[in-house]
Amino acid sequence: MKNSHDTLSIAITGSGGSGVVTMGLLFLKVIACASYYGLMNRSSGPQIRGGESAVLLRLGANPVMCQDDSFHLLLALDWFNFPRFADEIPLTDESVVLYDPAMGDVPPVVIETGAQLQEIPVKELAKTIEGGRPNMLALGMLAALLEIDKNAIEKAVNSVLGHKGAEVLTNSMNGINLGFDSAPNTISLPKLPPAATAVSHWNISGNEAAALGALRGGVRLVAAYPITPASEILEWLAPNIEKVGGALIQAEDELASINMVIGASFGGVPALTATSGPGLSLMMEALGLAVASETPLVVIDVMRGGPSTGIPTKSEQSDLNIALYGMHGDAPHLVLAPINISDCAFTSEWAVRLTEQLQAVAIVLSDQLLGQSRAIVDPPQSAPVLVSRATETAECESYERYALTADGISKMAIPGTAGCIYTADGLEHTPEGIPSSMASDHQGQLEKRYQKLAQYDYAEHWAVAKGEGEVCLITWGSSSGVVAEAAQRLRARGLVIKTLAIRLISPLPKEKFRIAMHGVKHVVIIEQNHQGQLYHYLNSLNLLPDDSRVLARAGPLPIRPAEVVTFVKEWCGNE
Amino acid sequence: MNEIVKPKLKASAYKSKLKPIWCPGCGHFGVLSAITKALAYLAIPKEKVALVSGIGCSSRIPAYVDVFGFHGVHGRALPVASGLKAARPDLTVLVAGGDGDGFSIGGNHFLHACRRNLDMTYIVMDNEVYGMTKGQASPTTSPDWVKSKLTPHGTGILEFNPPAIALASGAGFIAKGFSGDPNKLTQLIVEAINYPGFAFIQVLSPCTTFRPEQKEWKQKIHWQLRETTDDPVEAARRIVGSDGVTTGILFKKELPVMQPPLRVSNTVDELCQEFIV
Repeated sequence: MKNSHDTLSIAITGSGGSGVVTMGLLFLKVIACASYYGLMNRSSGPQIRGGESAVLLRLGANPVMCQDDSFHLLLALDWFNFPRFADEIPLTDESVVLYDPAMGDVPPVVIETGAQLQEIPVKELAKTIEGGRPNMLALGMLAALLEIDKNAIEKAVNSVLGHKGAEVLTNSMNGINLGFDSAPNTISLPKLPPAATAVSHWNISGNEAAALGALRGGVRLVAAYPITPASEILEWLAPNIEKVGGALIQAEDELASINMVIGASFGGVPALTATSGPGLSLMMEALGLAVASETPLVVIDVMRGGPSTGIPTKSEQSDLNIALYGMHGDAPHLVLAPINISDCAFTSEWAVRLTEQLQAVAIVLSDQLLGQSRAIVDPPQSAPVLVSRATETAECESYERYALTADGISKMAIPGTAGCIYTADGLEHTPEGIPSSMASDHQGQLEKRYQKLAQYDYAEHWAVAKGEGEVCLITWGSSSGVVAEAAQRLRARGLVIKTLAIRLISPLPKEKFRIAMHGVKHVVIIEQNHQGQLYHYLNSLNLLPDDSRVLARAGPLPIRPAEVVTFVKEWCGNE
Repeated sequence: MNEIVKPKLKASAYKSKLKPIWCPGCGHFGVLSAITKALAYLAIPKEKVALVSGIGCSSRIPAYVDVFGFHGVHGRALPVASGLKAARPDLTVLVAGGDGDGFSIGGNHFLHACRRNLDMTYIVMDNEVYGMTKGQASPTTSPDWVKSKLTPHGTGILEFNPPAIALASGAGFIAKGFSGDPNKLTQLIVEAINYPGFAFIQVLSPCTTFRPEQKEWKQKIHWQLRETTDDPVEAARRIVGSDGVTTGILFKKELPVMQPPLRVSNTVDELCQEFIV
């Protein structure tokens, strides 16, 4: 397992207060200003303050899809609780470790890797200048080792720290410049291919992208309860939804937040909530109500390790089962998953537009690895503009809110509209909305709610397919990036590989799936959960060829490309 | 409190064509009548009113009033109404339900609706029993009521005092009414709708089927002799020391109302600027 040579992977670690995250964010901005693409995952301990943290960066001249197999460089501002991160920062004998000798001995777990060790006395050096901080010096050293232009550094520092005043700005730049000039000349990192010039990139996290997608889709009321790792969606939305004429309410619990969303949507205002697994569990009853009353809404679930409180700060793709099957009764709804950080914007916008047109419920399965990671990406695509919510505006002789129509979509009267008053109901109802326990009404309404989703043409957006051949790697969510990179490596070794990343998991467009699978004889399903939830779902739909296997591994460690490559190679070797 | 002389519109105009599922003699008929009378008196256009409820006998009420209705799940009427009011401040939002829905399964939302203070009216039809599930104790049932098969020795736990909880939770309008006196109840509902903020009315509404002894309420319940207070300390003294059957506006004080401004200052495209490198 050696590092790839067209990208560079850098881990920065340190205890709380050492400025690891600040340094990571600033460094990401630096490489963005130098026109590189990049990805920054964050890892932190459970402490509220004073805990250790790590930022895991990967940069390249092309879009970065996932973490690499190992790291070229580890920069340890100190070693506090480092062993907690050791698993997440694989090092090899080609890796370089930069560390401050003033901060203690190098832990055995690092020495054992055979990585080259290089002292950087940033703490001592920082004392030689006014307001010097070790993290800024270290950042300067990194920039020098990567041969990044000083103009890019200055631009990044100005944009990130400019609001903190002239003194902070000057001190930071002095520190960075001193670090830049004091970088060790005993080590060399792989040379990155030159970055594209004069490109317009975005610097955005998955949670921010999901929030932006919500506003693009027209969401103007968000009600939510804080939860890791979804809170950044809410923190970005709180000030920004106000600017576009909407509101965010912090509810007393998830039961309240989902019901507030239902109320707002009943009032004609597109509405959304964001949560994680524990919150989604609490919302299930109300989601059934939204399905039955045909009240459109979107729930973004930023998944973390489960069940129960699980591992709140780490990623896992293990909420697919509850998203698919969590509601009692027959409750057709949409389940979607963004396939990368920038796609969080597309998928959440698409989810909002679909739910508005179809008067449906959508659960969007993001995860910690997408949500709390930040990337330098091409500007996120917008979702297609769909037909907006069908509303009844004219006075009706006898208004049928839940009329049985050919496409299953019936006109929804918005409160305030005269002449078409009705009561929305979670009780089974007649087309007029009157509670009914009659078999014919139940059958008619169940079929209506099923058909409106099943018949709809989701166009090409349901999945992203690439490549050809008899072997197909099927995946979803944050694993899509890993699979894309693994497929690239396999193709480079001469294998013919197809990949399919499913964005619309339910209702899965079966005909489109069959077409995409044309000629495929062997399937590997790759997902980050313990029991292969997508694998079992696809199996239940009878859509997989006989030779189908699953590479399912629980979090919190991300699946790495080499793991997929090895799995596929060993399997093909056995043929 | 002003006497209601003559409604501007007919109350019957606010009644739907549906026949309630309630038992003969149920107190909720009186509440239904009072709500429609209050809406008629205030002459609020029907389509500008939304009536939200949860689950239970009383929560069936939205379908019986000819306004926009939402019949949700058990205990969550207040959050549905809160989301609706926040998004649609132009609507008159009423919330109705029972003691189990509001004080047991929905208890947490009751506390937070009181302190959130969105401009809406919450009417709890309290009969001290779960009717729809055939007669179990609710949070307002006295501890020694032994008629439920579920608690044959009585609950043994003290009943909940809704006006006291509302006061402690920050509500600015707290009233108690009686379904057997629909005219007074109509006045309370009119005052509650006119009150700018969260208005709570606990309506004693007898269950003739599972609590036949509540027929005696007619003799016991009386209107308060004192003027409504705006002093929370005095209100607390009165509410905690009350005989439980004193009706009227127990506390009224104007408090800051929550209402998001919903004003557009930017386009979504403008918000994207922060992400561009």
